[in-house]
Amino acid sequence: MMRFRFTQTAIDTVQARRELLDLGAGGYVSFEGWVRDHNEGQEVTRLEYEAFQELAVKEGERIVADALRRFPVKHALCVHRVGTLGLNDMAVWVGVSSAHRGEAFEACRFIIDEVKHRVPIWKKEHYRSGDSGWVNCERCAAAPSHAHEHDHEHHDEPAALTIHK
Amino acid sequence: MQLKIQYYALMREQAGRSEETLETSSVTPADLYGELAARYGFTLTREQLKVAVNSEFSEWSRPLAAGDAVVFIPPVAGG
Repeated sequence: MMRFRFTQTAIDTVQARRELLDLGAGGYVSFEGWVRDHNEGQEVTRLEYEAFQELAVKEGERIVADALRRFPVKHALCVHRVGTLGLNDMAVWVGVSSAHRGEAFEACRFIIDEVKHRVPIWKKEHYRSGDSGWVNCERCAAAPSHAHEHDHEHHDEPAALTIHK
Repeated sequence: MQLKIQYYALMREQAGRSEETLETSSVTPADLYGELAARYGFTLTREQLKVAVNSEFSEWSRPLAAGDAVVFIPPVAGG
């Protein structure tokens, strides 16, 4: 079962959605993560995503399997992009089909949250200024005594970046 | 013994390579990180990392065996 996978090219959401079809499903919920033009006061121009794919696929599969155990949904799938992405490109897609909507929303939220926390994927932001930085790595590297403020628990609020040139 | 090390993201840039085969006397991932941090000047402390051996998450104190593939995992940022 490939319920978590990577792609080097644009995520095919039509194909991904088709994999969730089920005669017992009354609907599906999806989440798309897009590249936005700013982070922590910096103007972002592009992102580079990199993954330790052998382990990332295993961990991603475990997350989707967890979701299918926790929530009574039909099918779930996550596709993550790697490589260089421009503004508004889709970085990640999560889809869940289910008999009823409530558990589909919950399972979709669970999967994207866990993927952001646990899967060995990294992103480097490139800024209009010409500088760049690895999200969640640069500031904690500069101030290791405060590392606990920037650990995985705070993942949705990437640490402000110090810039390495 | 000989180990295979792969580097990703910030650590790949700081090591200046994506992988290497290394002859080492380090017997655990913790020892190995100390050795490599001294060589390459890694800015992340071990407490900020996770480690994988043979493509599975590992304890820092696990004994390493010849031929093991080790990856140090900086704070992740998928999504």
